[in-house]
Amino acid sequence: MAFYRAHILVDTGTPAVLKGAMGMKSALVDEIKKRGLDKEIKVVETGDLGLHGVGLALIVYPEGVIYANITAQDVPEIVEEHLLKGRQVKRLVYTGPSSAVVDGAAKPRSREMRVILEHIGVIDPTSIDEYIAHGGYEAIAKALTQMTPEDVVAEVKASQLKGRGGAGFPTGLKWEFTAKADGENKAVVCNADEGEPGNFKDRLIMEGDPHQIIEGMIIAGYAVGAHEGYIYIRGEYHQSVSHTEKAIADAREAGLLGKDILGSGFDFDITIFKGAGAYICGEETALLESLEGRRGESRMKPPFPPTSGLMAAPTVINNVETLASVPRIIDRGADWYAGIGTEKSKGTKIFSPCGDVLYPGVYEVPFGVTLRDIIYNMAGGIKGGKRFKACLMGGPSGVLVGEDALDRRLCAEDLAPGAGALIVLDEDKCIVDLMQNCAEFFHHESCGQCVPCREGTKRILEVLNWWTTGAGSEDDLRLLEALGETMSLTSKCGLGQFAAVAFKSSLPLFRDEYLAHVKDKVCPAGVCAMDKVLEEVK
Amino acid sequence: MCSESCGCSSDIVGIIEKYDSDKRNLIPLLHELQDELGYISPEVMETIAEKLGTTVGQVHGVATFYTLFYTKPRGKNIVRMCNSTACHIEGGRKIREAVSAALGIAPGETTQDGGFTLEVVSCMGLCGVAPAIMVNDDVYGNLTPEMVPNILGKYREAS
Repeated sequence: MAFYRAHILVDTGTPAVLKGAMGMKSALVDEIKKRGLDKEIKVVETGDLGLHGVGLALIVYPEGVIYANITAQDVPEIVEEHLLKGRQVKRLVYTGPSSAVVDGAAKPRSREMRVILEHIGVIDPTSIDEYIAHGGYEAIAKALTQMTPEDVVAEVKASQLKGRGGAGFPTGLKWEFTAKADGENKAVVCNADEGEPGNFKDRLIMEGDPHQIIEGMIIAGYAVGAHEGYIYIRGEYHQSVSHTEKAIADAREAGLLGKDILGSGFDFDITIFKGAGAYICGEETALLESLEGRRGESRMKPPFPPTSGLMAAPTVINNVETLASVPRIIDRGADWYAGIGTEKSKGTKIFSPCGDVLYPGVYEVPFGVTLRDIIYNMAGGIKGGKRFKACLMGGPSGVLVGEDALDRRLCAEDLAPGAGALIVLDEDKCIVDLMQNCAEFFHHESCGQCVPCREGTKRILEVLNWWTTGAGSEDDLRLLEALGETMSLTSKCGLGQFAAVAFKSSLPLFRDEYLAHVKDKVCPAGVCAMDKVLEEVK
Repeated sequence: MCSESCGCSSDIVGIIEKYDSDKRNLIPLLHELQDELGYISPEVMETIAEKLGTTVGQVHGVATFYTLFYTKPRGKNIVRMCNSTACHIEGGRKIREAVSAALGIAPGETTQDGGFTLEVVSCMGLCGVAPAIMVNDDVYGNLTPEMVPNILGKYREAS
């Protein structure tokens, strides 16, 4: 490998690319060449740095200085001042809280702790060499040469890692069930069908560090005795697909996928499967149906996938973030991992605050930090200095919390964080309008297979359409509560079971606001057009 | 297998021949054929069904279940407007109204000249830059209604 005195990492995540990141990058490369610095300075495209709302961004290493809101016109100044003369261009240096900064000048002032996102913004996600140079694939070497499959399962169990897709099932236990299940052709499936509004952490991992998912999957395969792996990526995530495809090809080339991995005699390979736009496929059995070439309609459980999953074979299905946590656990040990977080929630969790916060993005923290810590200390507080009103935890299928929850801790024993989305609302937003949007989402995404969900999501939307247009009545509140209860109890899968949870949690908190809509026909926030009649729900 | 008499172009035959007849190939096949043809016609469904040894009903069922598959011709450019909760609270409705106004069509419709098809989608995972739209594979985030005509104009000129 050639030696460079400086590396410049350019954020080329999906949002950045279409703000012109590629043009800026080529201007940078040209300028560096023009100054004769191309042998000394390397420009690297990196995934999404998790810095949103700050325009185009790049990081200069070894200093770790972040420049934000830059344009191609700023490039000559950065090259001349910083790279040639060693003086930072102060007016462009980013000083806000950041999930991208690892070390160097701009230390995060938050309590962020990067375990899974350790390499994001540090390595070139399209280079397997850089992943390996940062300790990548050491865990797989350790697992395959020094540990038995039972050891690996025991280690993951001891780490107390739980699923990061929202449900929080203990990963080690899932692996143990699958390892002990009888059956040929076991499989490992990575659930990368991230579709819950407000969540974009899995995209960031796939775009910024795809190799650690692959490494996690190989370890899972070894632990449970599977030789096939599938990554089910949502069809809208183009860059996630391309980076992961490249990573798989490189790993295969390096002998880390395929036959006889690292001479251990263990075979494992991975196929990418592109989803086609269906939120329901994030539900594990619907995902399996889709992988088998059918409509994404969830299956009856039991049997659960560890006993009967893909093509009826025992199958491990884990979320992207869960699998990405595995290499670190094997590498550094279960004790280290279990030392992070709280009694019931071990390790770190990636949160994605968005909505009315100043710096939306992804932030990785140990379990147990407070909601206030993330919203105010990391995401910069509420935009425009406004007041916090509410936060939808995990997305539309989560619970809504109000101001009194700000000091609650994010962990299983206090406020369960779901998949990590924190959709924040300021004082000007309307809760009923928010619920109407959530209802539209579930109505659109219900697969239509079971009656409680198909009809329930439609009726919920209908009722919320009344409320947001001045056509509601007080009786509807009880009606919707009862309907929500019925759906929770009788829907076949999580989609229907959780479709009314946000509403139910919001009712005691914002009863006055609901009553204003249904009794007085007034939207206190002035958001709902109370005299506009919506079209009938189709 | 698809013969010359069925009228498929050689590109289509090439794509279909890449896959074996495992039914699990249905969704990858639909993706690839749609990329080539723009949408999945009844004839293509028949060809796929024959290839995979399944029924046309099965293929149709899958093609109509997933929102990224189209069974009717679409406009040259696809505008996807996000209706996720994050985009919604950041003013997504105003953006959708601006796009509809600029194109003169409602969601689900295609402009008369076949230039644009307009869609509302659930979430594109772009919540960090809400409100967002996608035009074809291009992402536009942190939008205001004023930005919309310029963005669409670029595609209008190109087509």
